[in-house]
Amino acid sequence: MVLDRPEVTVSEKPPRAPLSGSRKPRRTMRPTAVRLGLMAVPLAFFGVFFAYPVAAIVSRGLREDGRWQLGRIGDVLGDPATLHVLWFTTWQALASTALTLALALPGAYVFARFDFPGKRLLRAVVTVPFVLPTVVVGAAFLALVGRGGLLDELWGVRLDTTVWAILLAHVFFNYAVVVRTVGGLWAQLDPRQEEAARVLGAGRFAAWRRVTLPALAPAVAAAALMVFLFTFTSFGVVQILGGPRYSTLEVEIYQQTAQLLDLPTAAVLTLVQFVAVAVLLVVHGRTVRRRESALRLVDAARTARRPRGAAQWTLLGSVLAVVALLVLLPLAVLVLRSFDGPDGYGLAFYRALASAGDNGGTFVVAPLEAIGNSLGYALAATGIAVVVGGLAAAALTRRGSRLTRGFDALLMLPLGTSAVTVGFGFLITLDEPPLDLRTSWILVPLAQALVGVPFVVRTMLPVLRAVDARLREAAAVLGASPLRAWREVDLPMVARALGIAAGFAFAVSLGEFGATVFIARPDSPTLPVAVARLLGRPGELNYGQAMALSTILMLVCAAALLVLERVRTDRSGEF
Amino acid sequence: MSLLRLDGVTVRFGTRAVLDAVDLEVAEHETVCVLGPSGSGKSTLLRVVAGLQPVDAGRVLLSGGDQTGVPTHRREVGLMFQDHQLFPQRDVGGNVAFGLRMRGTGRAETERRVTELLDLVGLPGAQRRSVAALSGGEQQRVALARALAPRPRLLMLDEPLGQLDRSLRERLVVELRELFGRLGTTVLAVTHDQGEAFALADRVVVMRDGRIAQVGTPLEVWQRPASEFVARFLGFDNVVPATVAGERADTAWGEVPVPPDTPEGECKLLVRPGGVRLVPVAEGLACEVTGRTFRGDHVLVLLRPADGPELEASCGLRAAPEPGERVGVAFDAHDVVALRD
Amino acid sequence: MNTTLRRALGAAAAAALGLPVLAACGSGGSDEADGGKTVTLVSHDSFQVSDSVLKEFEQQSGYTVKVLKSGDAGAAVNQAILSVKHPQGDVFFGVDNTLLSRALGKDLFAPYEAKGLDRVPKELQLDADRHRVTPIDTGDICVNYDRAYFADHKLAPPQSFDDLVKPEYKNLLVTENSATSSPGLAFQLGTVAKYGDSGWQDYWKKLKANGVEVVDGWEQAYNQRFSGSAAGRKAKGDKPLVVSYASSPPAEVLDAKPQPKEGPTGVATGTCFRQIEFAGLLSGAKNTEGGKALIDFLLSKKFQDDMPLSMFVNPVVRDATLPEVFTKYGAKAEHPEVLAPEKIAANREQWVKEWSSIVLK
Repeated sequence: MVLDRPEVTVSEKPPRAPLSGSRKPRRTMRPTAVRLGLMAVPLAFFGVFFAYPVAAIVSRGLREDGRWQLGRIGDVLGDPATLHVLWFTTWQALASTALTLALALPGAYVFARFDFPGKRLLRAVVTVPFVLPTVVVGAAFLALVGRGGLLDELWGVRLDTTVWAILLAHVFFNYAVVVRTVGGLWAQLDPRQEEAARVLGAGRFAAWRRVTLPALAPAVAAAALMVFLFTFTSFGVVQILGGPRYSTLEVEIYQQTAQLLDLPTAAVLTLVQFVAVAVLLVVHGRTVRRRESALRLVDAARTARRPRGAAQWTLLGSVLAVVALLVLLPLAVLVLRSFDGPDGYGLAFYRALASAGDNGGTFVVAPLEAIGNSLGYALAATGIAVVVGGLAAAALTRRGSRLTRGFDALLMLPLGTSAVTVGFGFLITLDEPPLDLRTSWILVPLAQALVGVPFVVRTMLPVLRAVDARLREAAAVLGASPLRAWREVDLPMVARALGIAAGFAFAVSLGEFGATVFIARPDSPTLPVAVARLLGRPGELNYGQAMALSTILMLVCAAALLVLERVRTDRSGEF
Repeated sequence: MSLLRLDGVTVRFGTRAVLDAVDLEVAEHETVCVLGPSGSGKSTLLRVVAGLQPVDAGRVLLSGGDQTGVPTHRREVGLMFQDHQLFPQRDVGGNVAFGLRMRGTGRAETERRVTELLDLVGLPGAQRRSVAALSGGEQQRVALARALAPRPRLLMLDEPLGQLDRSLRERLVVELRELFGRLGTTVLAVTHDQGEAFALADRVVVMRDGRIAQVGTPLEVWQRPASEFVARFLGFDNVVPATVAGERADTAWGEVPVPPDTPEGECKLLVRPGGVRLVPVAEGLACEVTGRTFRGDHVLVLLRPADGPELEASCGLRAAPEPGERVGVAFDAHDVVALRD
Repeated sequence: MNTTLRRALGAAAAAALGLPVLAACGSGGSDEADGGKTVTLVSHDSFQVSDSVLKEFEQQSGYTVKVLKSGDAGAAVNQAILSVKHPQGDVFFGVDNTLLSRALGKDLFAPYEAKGLDRVPKELQLDADRHRVTPIDTGDICVNYDRAYFADHKLAPPQSFDDLVKPEYKNLLVTENSATSSPGLAFQLGTVAKYGDSGWQDYWKKLKANGVEVVDGWEQAYNQRFSGSAAGRKAKGDKPLVVSYASSPPAEVLDAKPQPKEGPTGVATGTCFRQIEFAGLLSGAKNTEGGKALIDFLLSKKFQDDMPLSMFVNPVVRDATLPEVFTKYGAKAEHPEVLAPEKIAANREQWVKEWSSIVLK
């Protein structure tokens, strides 16, 4: 029995039910005003840099001669090819989600409940794929399941150009989402509740099923929906691994917009994707709200112990094997290739990176410069994402009206929007002073911040909501104005969550590729763009340098995530 | 002029009135305890005074000034929360100094005051300690010091001793009363514990369902509960319907003597356990002993008469009969109270 | 820590709120540049020029060149078309003959007859009447082969489209999806040019029966599946034939020291389709004079000499000298297939659809 386990009760009190709905409008004026004030910056940001450009490109597609051509919607939707794409998009996302859950839930348990050497490092490493650009991952993954890959060598199994490759790559990308979302909560569930059930006569499995599973279910649902969202909008993986026979909505939108300039079709497909994503977000919002019910949580550090007995060691072993095979191996192949130079293993490609530029125009980019660009952009994007996301989270802290819930969903929409839609939208909207930002460097971090903001909000919101409102009241009674109370009470408590949010935004911007590649800029490519350019050219040195640069990108991401591991808070939100 | 006055304060949650036209006054240097079961609206009362809860009707006046529209942080009241709500990321000194910092008190003055208050609450030199490492009683003291530090005109305590164990509670009540007396603080406290209220308060306000059921000194309330509700809330269960005629009342327990000035007619009678005397079976109401509860210096004996509700009698440790015995019961008139409803 | 954080937040907030100001500054800056000091080149991601060559132009002309790159060739052209009312720069480089009609149809370019156009063969000047675009480089898309494979199997490498459907080359070719890849489309257009509007479908049916493999992008085809490239060898590529560029073989030996007698890969010169890349003065350019000077520069011997090694394309001017690595390891298609841009524009979508239903379904 461990009796001295320190308890962290969720400071979220059971809802003081009568409070809502009773206030008179006169009384809610001020909080509403404050909330609207806080929302002003995020709303302006999303209005100018997301809603307006996307609406513009969609309406450019659906309007002709000043009239809406809504018949187009029917035309495109009635096309069997569209239905085929929609069907494939949906079922591969469902299958990917199921497979990811099946493989990652044991991992979530192991990371939550077992203590083993190198756990922290491993948790950072399994998150690396999540923030890597698909160009890099595609190359790495082919080495595993592709021709001449490990599976091929061992058993003659080849999965490239089959749907299995897509599914496995989706697992590779999203493994961390499940481990972090579900495992994070699992680690904090009080094991004594299960013990109580055991004492009451429940078998080990029955105790898990009746006590732990219900507590976990909302987190599992939330993770599943996130994975579904990411795989539903999958682009690079499907293009690289699926071969030409497989196409998702996102791929179609890219095709129709960037290659064929068939804006009407692209607009309809964008709308279809919007509807699908909006439905997802509504469902997701529901499960998240349920998830915030009062649970007895304990300090995660105290629930993990060394595995005991053959069964637990087997479980740990098999989870580590899955991680090794699915996550570590593709990454390792990438690293290996970066050292596999023309004269055997060595640092030849890295030296080439360092000396690029000496040979005049032979090199696509001075690769070390790309690292600097990437870091600079990512820092700026992080700053924007933290300010915008932080303000949004502060505005959303107090649960309430449908308006705020809608705002919450709006912030998530960029995750479900094709980068090419946003990029082309920028092009036709931000083209006149004072907003002629098309060629300004700031557009790149702005686009990256669009992707970073949802992460910041998702990370900060649970922490902000967990701050006991009565602490703020205590501060108010002691003479602190609302703003002062926020600064004195909330801010210090969420500082760590803020750090984590910033780190995630940083890592995500670092790996962002889609929007970055469409934004015209004075030539200062980011790491992923540089990798893509190097991969796009023949010759051993270019390919090797692409691998070396990918390895560097991986290391930078891993380092950022490892720092995050050190500051993980007890309640660090969904990621 | 009273320091605090509530004029017809009403707060509704939905259709339910949590406070229903409450009028209350607290004089300067007075300690008033609001007593009531949970859900009676007593915590809401404090939140209204602090400005944390908007009112649907009525006014709050502090030192004669209407507080409508004055935000919490400008009301200069102190509130000690039920579970203290110490700021977890600050040490003891940081918590106590908080209110002073908000008022822009200078550093030296703040330090001096923090030292003074920690001495006052019996935690000298605890400035650098982490609040997480404090025991319940120590947290209590820090919360008190924090609330007192900015010299609020009114100090409000929400279940101040609620979570502490009994012996600590009894000691602290005495300390608090002595402290408030010495400092001349005006105090408005809420509690569900009558012992705490009676030990602490100059005046007790009993609340029921958002209304004030009785106001009076602890002695008045104790001796003459105004209603069956107050009586039962104070722990008196010997209540029986009666018809009063002169100095006698007719009840299911037979004839019960009543004090001389008792109004005539139908009412309910309370007989305090001390006024239930055990006599030989033949000399009084025949009852069977159904249980005994030790109460430290006396025993509470549960009695079942042939007719009417059960009775409790307080008697000495040695005189207490065994369960199953049959005894007689007689009543003393000066422990009998006629209840208004 | 508290203060640092507060300060950092303050700075970030200031940055976010300062955006409009910054934007204003940015556009103000470029307005100023209208005076003629800066000339902006809009292009695709593959545009590259040696620093020294560009510097020399800047010194001689007095202009500062700003290069904007956005996406691959298709995306870059489409972006230029979308922003035709408010062009991002003065000159666009990188529209090829497969996309030319679309660009000309949208009045993307203003006429300008570049200096030195007389050094460019007439057949490359596709808008010779109006000079809205100027040819800058050519590149042939051809089947590349892995020399080692064919030597090992004592088999002659294929030379023509007809060869590719022969049984001895069964299951050897990997090409790219016409819908997603520009070399893939070019290869298909080559077959259209060769076999005609109604003949190419049959050819692809035969090619499919002969085991042609289709992947989405050039990177996968060349770096993963082709057994002749360095990357493909490492990835254990299994296809000795790949649709790539005529300039790919020189690239394979570019960094080899010492340089081999013969490159590891060769070109099937009878399978080539010619892409011509053009530059044009954007209509609505702010710096017209600078733009004209820039186009002249793109046709200058300096730039044309630099192109092969920086962009792996062939110069268009007769007086350009190819680097040795090109002449030694590269191949020149004597009669590459060509198609009129108008014809491509009119049929492109239909052809790609037909191709997809023949090859992918």
